[in-house]
Amino acid sequence: MERKTKLRAEEGKQEIVITREFDLPLELLFKAYEDPEIVEQWMGTKVLKLENKKHGSYQFETTDPKGNKYGFNGTIHEFSPNQKIIRTFEMENTPFGVQLEFLEFEKLSDDTSKLNMSIVFKSIAYRDQMLQIPFAQGLNMAHNRLQNIVDKLK
Amino acid sequence: MNLRRDVFQAIADPTRRAILLLLATQTLPAGAIASNFDTARPTVSKHLQILTECELLEQKQTGREIYYHINAKKMKEVAEFIEPFRKMWDDRFNKLESIMKKYPQ
Repeated sequence: MERKTKLRAEEGKQEIVITREFDLPLELLFKAYEDPEIVEQWMGTKVLKLENKKHGSYQFETTDPKGNKYGFNGTIHEFSPNQKIIRTFEMENTPFGVQLEFLEFEKLSDDTSKLNMSIVFKSIAYRDQMLQIPFAQGLNMAHNRLQNIVDKLK
Repeated sequence: MNLRRDVFQAIADPTRRAILLLLATQTLPAGAIASNFDTARPTVSKHLQILTECELLEQKQTGREIYYHINAKKMKEVAEFIEPFRKMWDDRFNKLESIMKKYPQ
């Protein structure tokens, strides 16, 4: 099966490019980014604020299973319905700094569409660290699972 | 020597995975790394040596201590390194797609 979501992180660049084709009309794909209630559902986060306009800003808050809260925020630089969103993104209280996101929405046919998301980081090192987070979490989970099995053997 | 196979062998060991996890967000000297494990210190040293030999870790001498940090460049060569990040977005987009397919038009 072909992977629908493609990720490109070229060597020596402080950028990640994510592309995805959807079995959705362009308008529905864009709505999923525009409507705070829908954003909450697929991003798995609480939307505290979402101002879809130039100079607008947004604020998300995610709670982990232990009850710890994590804040995310950014500023909207361009909001062109069914075409483009340019915004910043920042994970609060982390050393990762601000990243710049270019989201381009494209109509492929009446029922399909494509998203091209380019994320620019402060440096190559920050980008590589950000890429490592899910890997580290995965390692952690694998390690915990292993620990559980080992504990049962004792 | 098949370096690529060696990298995967290095990652296959749970203690070595735990060391990589520990160093994912920080740089530490060998003693501080060893203190995180019940394993005997020479065993941890051996693991650090293997990880350094296959270039997943890099050493840096600071004063009298040798600090270890992850070699992100090498880690990226391991396909599994970048895969969880892609998977995270793939999962989100799959969810977006299934939610919007049910959206009343």
